[in-house]
Amino acid sequence: MADVAAPLRRWSYGSVSDKIADIVLARPTHWLWFAAFGAASLGTVAFVGAIGWLFVRGIGIWGVNIPTAWGFAIANFVWWIGIGHAGTFISAILLLLRQRWRTSINRFAEAMTLFAAGIAGIFPILHLGRPWFFYWLVPYPNVMELWPQWRSALVWDIFAISTYLIVSLLFWYVGLVPDLATLRDRAASRAKRIVYGLLALGWRGEARHWARFETVYLLLAGLATPLVVSVHSVVSLDFAIDIVPGYHSTVFPPYFVAGALFSGFAMVLTLAIPLRHFFRLHDFITDRHLENAAKVLLACGWVVAYGYFIETFTAFYSGDEFEIAMVKDRLLGFYGPVYWTVLACNVIAPQILWWRPARRSAWALFAVSLVVNLGMWLERVMIVVQSMHHDFLPSAWGNFIPTVWDWITFFGSIGFFAFLFLLFVRALPTISIFEMRELVMEEKKP
Amino acid sequence: MSVYGIMAEFTGAEQLLAAARSARAAGYGDIEAYSPFPIEGLAEATGFRRNWVAAIVLAGGLAGGIGGYFMQWYSAALSYPINSGGKPPHSWPEFIPVTFELTVLVAAIAGVAGMLALNGLPRLYHPVFNVREFDLASRNRFFLCLRHADAEAAREFLGGLSPLGVWDVPA
Amino acid sequence: MPPVTLTRRNFLKLGAAAAALASGACSRPREPIVPYAHQPEGELPGVPRFYATAACFVGAAEGMLVESNTGRPTKVEGNTAHPGSLGATSVHGQASVLGLWDPERSKAPRRRGLPATRGALERDIADALARFRDSGGEGLRLLVRDASSPTLLRQLDRLVKRFPRVRVHRWDPLHRDRGREGARLAFGRPLEPLYRLEEAGAILSLDSRFLDDHPYRLNYARQFARARTPRDGQMCRLYALESAPSLVGAMADHRFAMSVPAIEGWLSGKNATYDTIFKDLRQNRGVILAGEALSPQAHALVHRLNAQLGAPVSYIEPPREETQPLADLVEAMRKGAVGLLVILEGNPAYDAPLDLDFGAALAQVPLSVHLSLYEDETSARCTWHVPSTHFMEHWSDARAFDGTAAIVQPLIAPLYDGVSPHELLLLLTGEGKGGYDLVRETWRDTDWDGALRTGVIQDSAFPASPVTPRVSPGSIPSQQQGWQVRFVADEALLDGRFANNAWLQELPRADSKLTWDNAALLSPASAKELGVANGDLVDIAIGERRLRAPAWVTPAQADASVTLPLGYGRSRAGAIGNGVGFDANPLRTRAEPWNAGGARVTKAPGRHEFATTQNHARMEGRDLARHVDLTHMDSFRKERPRNSLYPGWPYDGYRWAMSIDLNACIGCNACTIACQAENNIPTVGKDQVIAGREMHWIRVDRYYEDHRTLFQPVPCMHCENAPCEYVCPVEASVHDSEGLNVQVYNRCVGTRFCSQNCPYKVRRFNFFDHTPKDESLKAQMNPEVTVRMRGVMEKCTYCVQRITRARIEAEKQGRRISDGEVITACQAACPTNAIMFGDLSDEKSEINRAKRSPLQYDLLAELNTRPRTSYAARIVNRNPELKDG
Repeated sequence: MADVAAPLRRWSYGSVSDKIADIVLARPTHWLWFAAFGAASLGTVAFVGAIGWLFVRGIGIWGVNIPTAWGFAIANFVWWIGIGHAGTFISAILLLLRQRWRTSINRFAEAMTLFAAGIAGIFPILHLGRPWFFYWLVPYPNVMELWPQWRSALVWDIFAISTYLIVSLLFWYVGLVPDLATLRDRAASRAKRIVYGLLALGWRGEARHWARFETVYLLLAGLATPLVVSVHSVVSLDFAIDIVPGYHSTVFPPYFVAGALFSGFAMVLTLAIPLRHFFRLHDFITDRHLENAAKVLLACGWVVAYGYFIETFTAFYSGDEFEIAMVKDRLLGFYGPVYWTVLACNVIAPQILWWRPARRSAWALFAVSLVVNLGMWLERVMIVVQSMHHDFLPSAWGNFIPTVWDWITFFGSIGFFAFLFLLFVRALPTISIFEMRELVMEEKKP
Repeated sequence: MSVYGIMAEFTGAEQLLAAARSARAAGYGDIEAYSPFPIEGLAEATGFRRNWVAAIVLAGGLAGGIGGYFMQWYSAALSYPINSGGKPPHSWPEFIPVTFELTVLVAAIAGVAGMLALNGLPRLYHPVFNVREFDLASRNRFFLCLRHADAEAAREFLGGLSPLGVWDVPA
Repeated sequence: MPPVTLTRRNFLKLGAAAAALASGACSRPREPIVPYAHQPEGELPGVPRFYATAACFVGAAEGMLVESNTGRPTKVEGNTAHPGSLGATSVHGQASVLGLWDPERSKAPRRRGLPATRGALERDIADALARFRDSGGEGLRLLVRDASSPTLLRQLDRLVKRFPRVRVHRWDPLHRDRGREGARLAFGRPLEPLYRLEEAGAILSLDSRFLDDHPYRLNYARQFARARTPRDGQMCRLYALESAPSLVGAMADHRFAMSVPAIEGWLSGKNATYDTIFKDLRQNRGVILAGEALSPQAHALVHRLNAQLGAPVSYIEPPREETQPLADLVEAMRKGAVGLLVILEGNPAYDAPLDLDFGAALAQVPLSVHLSLYEDETSARCTWHVPSTHFMEHWSDARAFDGTAAIVQPLIAPLYDGVSPHELLLLLTGEGKGGYDLVRETWRDTDWDGALRTGVIQDSAFPASPVTPRVSPGSIPSQQQGWQVRFVADEALLDGRFANNAWLQELPRADSKLTWDNAALLSPASAKELGVANGDLVDIAIGERRLRAPAWVTPAQADASVTLPLGYGRSRAGAIGNGVGFDANPLRTRAEPWNAGGARVTKAPGRHEFATTQNHARMEGRDLARHVDLTHMDSFRKERPRNSLYPGWPYDGYRWAMSIDLNACIGCNACTIACQAENNIPTVGKDQVIAGREMHWIRVDRYYEDHRTLFQPVPCMHCENAPCEYVCPVEASVHDSEGLNVQVYNRCVGTRFCSQNCPYKVRRFNFFDHTPKDESLKAQMNPEVTVRMRGVMEKCTYCVQRITRARIEAEKQGRRISDGEVITACQAACPTNAIMFGDLSDEKSEINRAKRSPLQYDLLAELNTRPRTSYAARIVNRNPELKDG
């Protein structure tokens, strides 16, 4: 993959540092950024407003009911946490695999992870009937001597999500510290120097510091690797340990992890392509980067497709009448159109990536990434809702119809994500500067 | 005026590495090297021997895992056993996810905290920041600082390594 | 209950209600009332007391014991000693306690819509009476809905003595005049048949709704269940010919959905089915029951056939009624011959036959006084509206269908400024007494305290008369063919008097599972022919009369006929009942009160949204509500409990369990509403039912399978391996030491994971805050059951508060809880004893006996949830010689 970094031969330590740092420090803000930020702020206001109304009125403003007591909140949670997978996957696993092309995309992918996982973490709390008691899911000393119920997958979730969030944050922040020092040293205004200086913790790039830094960075990558796999596995257990057909399935952990990477890489592309375009980062995020991401997307798409196939196959192979009825309903029932849209988005659409020009076309990739994002969200909704609406007793069957508040909350969360990401690109280096300098050095070597 | 050390500025990683090695060969015991990115072998060249970070991570992981399992066993089997779905109070297979997560969590926190503590960070003020050119240590310049050495000799020694400049670092 | 929006007007209303409550609530009646005998003497706070009383909902009294908590009536139980109850209650009996506390009850007298004093009313009446004194009461008319109360009859006698020319009319929209007329044709007297269904080997129901809205329904249900218990491989067989969906049809071994003319035609004509059925009736001590929709001649014919069969039926003679029909009254009103009309309960302006145009005639009456619980359609057209006391607030008496009398005993002083019918009549009879004295005087020769304690007056039943029907009652008049329109009392609202009762509005109707609506019921074939589906509007026209109504398709309906439940489309019922459903009365005439032929039914534009609690009617091949042929009971396949990796959890003490006998369950919903009353279960309103958020802890599932309707009550299964528990992150859903799956409301954070993992979907969630805000409704709450806040999961608790009460009693006496000491609310209400509850650790307990039945099975046993609630399969007893139905 030598040619991934080839354009860097044109760059020096100084120029690469200036280029990336100036996006934050010097470059004037484009009107498009303001436009996007305005739209994202509106989305954020809608998100906060919807949450406020939810807290005032109760969970009934959503379309959830009995039998489908879980709705968009859980689907959004699973979707966002899935998106939150690509960042750590790129940072940690590709670091361990010594994939140098990760360097230019890991920083913003990690930011994406943090924001997505953070938003994902909001949804289970919103989803509660009494959200003000969310902390009862966490062990803490109390006079009643009550503890969480450790057999519940939701408690595992709390631990998995918070661990993932904390470890991702540490990983991201540790990687940011040398770059924050660069910003501190390059900032023109005193205020920026103080803020970046505080955040940089007094980093000065001493050799022993670098040695300990590299050890802990590598170990964090090593710890994050099983974590990436475990988080969505645990999330999948929310469903897999249930006894309801459509939930109760042993294929769920790998199927969910693959789906998470699938949607995560799609989101990386959704973000990287405009980022590269607007900030002219073509030398750092090359076509080769996009092509590699496209290949990962294609591969994950096939694993997901296998999941769809094996679920259907297992249902009929098991001969279990409830499983078979669930699959028939999934294909032909009330939510049948959702299933076929999911197949079109997640299985059919990515096949265009077999074609090399499509992999190298930013616009084609951007389009595919949006389609996959949509398909994966619909898949989460399908799993959460469709499995429940026709379970064991036909007398209890019912449909979930999302209300306007379901939609506002969902789109609002996207707005909030964009809001955070837009702030990020203006406040922190979107590409790891010190790692780019390392790459420059390696490229300069004979 | 007391002096923290004598500092020289270089343009490349190779020069810094070579300078550090020759300083060590010349008998300077307390060497600090500053670079805008990690350089392989530089820490060893300045006399760095033991990196305790890995051990701290291991200890943190063990503490998190054992502590996590103990917490679940204590609360579910000993402190407040409850009949939940007819499962035994000590349902160990279902205690594994939390044990795993706590292992990773405590290991990661211990690792980062250990790294910062061993590096003496956060430390917002440091004498080397008093050198005006040191700003570039986070951009494209490489610095070598000799401490606890005879100032005059150190200046002379560093000047012989063809640096961009040599400065006194005020304490 | 849907929230009442707080406009200024409502605010004032509520303020007035609160003030009234503060002054008058929860005080005892002035007169001594006597608690039920089996309760301990002495007042103990926290210990509920029971008082026997009775109420009429479908034309005869249903005895009940009303639970009173520190002076507040909160719950209705059946009275075992009362033949109209036998310990069971109807949905109406259960819901009547909510009616007591309804904040929209009328609170003060009104004269032409304006608040007025009782003194003004007394003056108005006195002035009118002064004019009648000379004419002997000419122009004084009374209209009553029900004249079975002995005290009322006594008062009417007295009134006639005072004013010899007074006329008393009777109008009950759910009248049984055709049956009485049939008996008159057969016997020359209006006798009532009293069937001994228990003795019957076969029953032929000709559109009879003896389990639905017959005055003796609870008694018949119990007898029917006994007759349906197999003994020596024999069991009563039920044939049902029915023109509208009914519980009887649902229970039938052979059901034929036929219109009323078709049934009458079938009865007179000879065909193979007729011969087969009658052969069976002859061989197996059969009995025939005829419904009110049939012509008097058909009734008479049935009496004759029963006599020929030697059927187990006796005839009783109610006391002669001196009442006259409504039509005569309207005639007089129109002529201006009525000077003072006193309407004692009922709502004729809403439910009188259309062709009488009662409302217009009422305008001709110079002084009209309407006594009713609500300020309703009739009140609005009368000079005076007088608020009536609820039956739990006044003294009266009432007769069961068999004649057994009971004292209606108040539990609480009137909440508002109301009077009882007896007290209003006092203004006419001129006696200076109270209601208590009147009733006491009626029964001066009986053991008063004993009557109050037991809830019945001994040996007051009507004697049976040995009679033989005339040989030729006359031929059945031919009816108009074509589309038939069938009117039935709505099973929940009856004639509309319960329209403002949220429990009944939200009670899923047995066949349709509809709530908050009535519907034009159509058969699948007719719906296909008309091109309509559920919710499509249809136009129904009989001559010039027409009606637009939304359609509902049910296989229990006869082809080319439409059933219209009465009691809806009220305009002045209250905030809950106003505008709910459509009013079928505009199609109903005097001559054709129950069935009208020659109708035109066409599809109309537009749709209506229904709120049903069950969206899917088929079992999809799953073994859920199981049934087995009587002759193949040995082959009933039982699922064995499967092995588990984990050892079973040890239970040392009581092991509570429930068994539900599907062979006895008639699907009447009494359990659902009893549970609602006992456990403070809120109603949620139509939009929330549509959203799928009804709160009933025990629902009655209804499946159409193999051309029959199967009912299956589904409460919490209390699984030993409860899937809801291990997924709860906060230990809110846990098992207790006696095997109850309990929900700790305080601990619940509302993840709803438990409901997701419950294969029976019996858990209910407070999606909104449904706690009562109204002080009056708060008073109905059972103090022993937590009122759940928003965001909390809830479900059937096996009435844990009743278990606890029994445990406290047992522990005080140092003994174990004995078998039958804990009776759950659903079990107590069940007319057929289909629900059994008890302790599995007691080998000799009834529940163990029930669980040993070869027909016992667990619902979804293959999931190995090991439910404590189990079912006994329904037994089908088809006539091998009969292929149809």
